[in-house]
Amino acid sequence: MESKITTGRETIMTVAETIREITKKHLLSGGVALGQCLTAVGWVGGTVPELTEQDGLMELSMDDTAGGGIAVGLALAGKRPIYIVRYQGFQWFNAAMIVNYAAKSKDMWGIHCPVFVRSVAMEGSIGPVASSSHHGMFTRMPGIEVVAPMTPAEYVSTWEYFMSHDVPIYVSEHRKSFPIDYELPHIIKPKADITLFPISVGRLNALEAVKELEKEGITCNLVHIIKLKPFVPSNFMLKALTDSTHGGVVIDTDFENGVSKCIAHDLMLASDRKVHTLGLKERAAGFAPHLDNLPPSLEEIIEKVKELIKK
Amino acid sequence: MISGSLTTEEILEIFRKICLIRYFELNLKRVYDAGLMPRIPIYLSVGQETIAASLSMIYKGASLFGQHRGHGIYLAFGGNPAQLIDELLGLPTGCAGGMGGSASIQCPEIKMFGHDGLMGTQVPIGVGYAIGTGQTTITFMGDASAEEGYVLGAIGYAATKKAPILFVVCDNGLSILTKKDVRRNWNMADHAGFGMITMDMTDDPWEIIRIGKLFKDQLPALINIRTNRELWHAGTGRDGEPNEFNRFNVTKNDIAIAGLKIEADIIEKEIEASIEALWNQRLQLAGRL
Repeated sequence: MESKITTGRETIMTVAETIREITKKHLLSGGVALGQCLTAVGWVGGTVPELTEQDGLMELSMDDTAGGGIAVGLALAGKRPIYIVRYQGFQWFNAAMIVNYAAKSKDMWGIHCPVFVRSVAMEGSIGPVASSSHHGMFTRMPGIEVVAPMTPAEYVSTWEYFMSHDVPIYVSEHRKSFPIDYELPHIIKPKADITLFPISVGRLNALEAVKELEKEGITCNLVHIIKLKPFVPSNFMLKALTDSTHGGVVIDTDFENGVSKCIAHDLMLASDRKVHTLGLKERAAGFAPHLDNLPPSLEEIIEKVKELIKK
Repeated sequence: MISGSLTTEEILEIFRKICLIRYFELNLKRVYDAGLMPRIPIYLSVGQETIAASLSMIYKGASLFGQHRGHGIYLAFGGNPAQLIDELLGLPTGCAGGMGGSASIQCPEIKMFGHDGLMGTQVPIGVGYAIGTGQTTITFMGDASAEEGYVLGAIGYAATKKAPILFVVCDNGLSILTKKDVRRNWNMADHAGFGMITMDMTDDPWEIIRIGKLFKDQLPALINIRTNRELWHAGTGRDGEPNEFNRFNVTKNDIAIAGLKIEADIIEKEIEASIEALWNQRLQLAGRL
C-alpha cells in the first residue's frame, strides 16, 4: 500500500486505506470486525482488509437486527468489535440493540459495552432507505457518541478515542470520504457575513460554496462539525459565530429534524445568534435522478446563504 | 421419575433451589400486594422454578442471558438474594443499583447479564458473547420472544458458527394471554433448530437434568421446555391453579417416592422461614416495615 501524505507524526493515507489499516491492526491484535457481505463491492470500498474469519473478520447472516445484537455480545465479551453496516439506512434495523443495550449498559449495570459502529452513507439513485446519512437517530439515545469523520486524521483520532474510552461510538462515514487523502481546515475570515457549520459530505460542498460566494463578495466562515454527540460548542465555534453578521447555518446530510437542529439549538443558546439548518428535504428519495433527495448541493448552499443574508 | 444416577445430595440440592426461587417469589408477592415496595412491574416465575434450578446443576459457571423473568435464573445460579431484594426495593445496594427493578437484573458474580427490555435481545447478544468468549453460554427466552425474527436469525447464526450456547425456551404457551397456537403453527424444537440438537420436553427437573447433561458437550443446542406459570405475566395476580400440572407438587411427590420426603420437608420449611426472615430484614433496613 502506497502512502499519500506524510506528516511529522505518522503516515497518513486515504480514508479508505486508513480504515483498512486500523481494522487490520485491530484484528491482528485479537479484536473482531463483523458485517454482512464484507467481500462485496471491493471489500466495502476498500475499507476492509482481505482477511478471514480465523483472523477475526466475521461474515454475518443477513439478519440485520440480530447482527446488531451479535456485535453487542462481542463487545460484552471484550472484543471491541468494529461493526460494519454498509448502508446507513439499514440502521433502522441494526440500531435496536446498539442504542437500547450497548448505549445503556453502563448506566443500567455499570458494564461497558464499546462497539465501533461503522455506518457508511452514500448518495445518488439508491432509493428511499439506503441513501445518505441517518446519524440523527443515534444522537437521540443517551450513552452513545456520534462522530462524522471525513479525513484520515479525523478517522485516526476517532479510532484512538474509541480505543481509549469504553463507550459505543457511531461513526457516520460517507463513501465520498474514502479517497480523501488530505485534511480539511476551518476557514475563518475577518468580518464574515455568515458561518457555515457543515457535517459529513456536506463539508465538501460547503467548501466549494465558500469559494463561490467569495467571488460574489459574500464572506463565510467555515467550521467543520466532526463530533455530533456529545456536541459541545467550542469557544472557537462561538467566536466565529458571534463575529459573523448574519449568524450561521448547520449543513447536514441527514434530515433537518435530527441532529442539525440540535446543534443549531446549542449554538444559539451559547451565542445568542441565529443559526439555521439545511439538510435533506422532508420527503422520500426516489430512484430517478430528478426524484432523488441528496445532501445540500453547492447551489442549494449558495442559495440558502444568500437568502439568510438577503443579498 | 428421578434418575438413579442422581445422588441424594443432588436431588435435595435441586429441591433446595426450587424452594429458594418459589419462596423468594411468594414473599415478593406478599410484599408487593401489601404495598411495601415500589409499584414497579414485576415478573414472577412461580410454577416454572425447575427450569433454572435444574440447569444450574449442570451448567455451573456458564454465562447467562435472561429476559425480563429472571429472578429464578439469578437465584438458582447463585445470585445473592439480599441484593435482589434490595434491587426490587429500588436501593443502591441492589444487584443493579436500583436501575434494574425486576425486569433488568444482573449479577456479574455469576456472569448473569442484564436485559434491556426489548423482547428476545438476549438471544443475539448471548450468541455474540458465546462466539466472542468461546465460553458456555445459556440464553433463556419465553415462547413469545422466540418468535422475534432476530431471535430466529441469531439461533441460525449460532448453529452455523457452532457457538457454545444453549437456547432455553420457557414455553408456557402464552404471550401474556394470547395462546401459542393462535400465533404460530410451528414449534421451536422441530422448526427452529437449524440443524442443532433440540428437544421438546416438560419442566420435569429430572428430565431437564438428563437432557442438559446430554446436550452439554454438543452445543449449540435448543430445549423447549413446556411449563405452567402460576401467576400473571406481570404482577402478582393469579387466575387459578396451573392449567395442566403443578410442577412443585409433582416434584415433591417424586422426591417422596424416592424416600426423601422428610429431608425435603425440612428443606422446604427452613427455606420458607429463612427467606421470609430475609425479606423482613431487608424491608426493615429500608424503613419499609
